[in-house]
Amino acid sequence: MNSFDAFKDPALCRALLARLTEEAVRPLRFMEVCGTHTVAIFQSGLRALLPPTITHVTGPGCPVCVTHESEVACFLDLAGRDDVVLATFGDLMRVPGPKGRNLKTAKADGARVEVVYSPVDALAVAEANPGRTVVFLGVGFETTAPAVAATIRLAREKNLRNFRVLSFHKLVPPALEALLSDPDINVDAFVLPGHVSAVIGAAPYAFVAEKHRVPAVIAGFEPLDILSALRDIVAMREAQAPAVKNGYTRVVSDAGNPVARAVMDEVFAPADALWRGLGSIPRSGLVIREEFADFDAMRLPGVSLVESPPLPGCRCGEVLKGKMAPDQCPLFDKACTPATPVGPCMVSTEGGCAAYHKYRLDL
Amino acid sequence: MCLAVPMEITAINEKVADVEIGGVTRQVRLDLIDAAPAVGDFVIVHAGFAIRRLDREDALETIKLFQEGLNLELI
Ligand code: SF4
Repeated sequence: MNSFDAFKDPALCRALLARLTEEAVRPLRFMEVCGTHTVAIFQSGLRALLPPTITHVTGPGCPVCVTHESEVACFLDLAGRDDVVLATFGDLMRVPGPKGRNLKTAKADGARVEVVYSPVDALAVAEANPGRTVVFLGVGFETTAPAVAATIRLAREKNLRNFRVLSFHKLVPPALEALLSDPDINVDAFVLPGHVSAVIGAAPYAFVAEKHRVPAVIAGFEPLDILSALRDIVAMREAQAPAVKNGYTRVVSDAGNPVARAVMDEVFAPADALWRGLGSIPRSGLVIREEFADFDAMRLPGVSLVESPPLPGCRCGEVLKGKMAPDQCPLFDKACTPATPVGPCMVSTEGGCAAYHKYRLDL
Repeated sequence: MCLAVPMEITAINEKVADVEIGGVTRQVRLDLIDAAPAVGDFVIVHAGFAIRRLDREDALETIKLFQEGLNLELI
C-alpha cells in the first residue's frame, strides 16, 4: 500500500469511525464548504455511516452554484455577442440564467462557446481567433484564481491582445464570516476546504475560532481525512477549546502557498461581490487590477451587472446557506432532476442537490 | 470544478511538467508551485497548474499517528 492509498484503508476507517461514534455524545451539525467534500462524503458512503448525533450540512462550497443570478445573466449576454468567443470550464455550460437560457442553448443558437480544461487552453483559443475577443469565464475560489492570474500574466508575455477574463472569483473566508454573522444559521463546526487552504493557509480562518468560538479543521478528501477532522472537532468542542486545525499537512502548509498568492495578488484585488443566496459580501470577490485592465472583460463597452431575479421556485439560496436540505425543496426530484435541472445546485456535479439526488438511496 | 488531483511528475521542462496518474497523462504548468518539484514527486493538479507538492513523509507520519492513536498494528 503506498503512503497515499493508506488514507482509504477500510480497517483504519472502521476503527476511526468506531472511536468517533463513542466520542460524539452531543448533537453536532458540521458544515463543509467545498464541493469536493460534498461529493466525497456521499461517494465514500460516510454520510450513511456517521453516528446519529452528527449531522452533515453542505454549505456554499460549489463555485458554480454561488455564481450570482446577475453574473450568469452577464456572461450569457456576453456569449451572445458576435465578436466574442466565450471560453469556460464545462461545469458552467448548463447553469440556468433568465428564461431558462444557458450556455448550451446559447451555443445551439449560434453563440461561440468553447469548453476548456485549463485557462491556459483559452490562450490557444485566442490565438486561433485573431478577429474576435476571447473571454475566459473566471469562476472559482482561491484554488482557481491563481491559475487564472498566471494565465493573464502569460497572455501579457505573449502580447495576446484579444484575450480577456470575466472575473467572478470568490473568496471563502468572507463567506464564512457572512454565514457566522447570520443568527439563523445553526452550524457548530466547519470542515474547511483542503485545496483552497493549500493556497491561503490556516491564518485567514482564525476569526472562526477566535471571534465566533467555532471549531474548524482543514481536511483532505479521503474518508480517513474526514473522520479524523470530525474527531478533532468533537474533541475541541468537548474541551471548549475551539481552534482552527490543519489536518491536511501532507498538502497544506500553515502558511499556504506564498508563490500562488503573490501571482493572485499581482493580478487581482479584493472587492465586494454578489453570491447566490448570500447576497453582497464585503471583499469576497476578486477584480482585475488597473495594471491588467486590458485583460478585463468587465471593462469592455456595454458589459455590466444588471439586477436579475432569483430563479422561480428554486431554493438554492437556502440550500447554500445550510438552512434547507435539498430534498426539502418542493421541486426536488419533481420538476428538478439532473436531467431537467431548475437551479445550479442540481446542475453542478458538486452541487448539494445533485449529490442528494445521485446518492439518495444511501440516505 | 474545484477538483484537484494528485499526479506523478514524469518529466520537467522549465515551467511545464508531464504528469501521470493511472495511465492518464497531462502537461501542467509550474508557475504557482512554491517548492521546485522533482521527477517522481506527486503534485496536486488543478486547472492545468500544479499547486502543491504532496509530502510523502508527512503522509506516512499522519497514518502512523492515526494507528498509534487507535492502538492498531502498523500496516
Ligand atoms: S432541488 Fe432544484 S429547484 Fe430545488 S433548490 Fe435544488 S436546484 Fe433549486
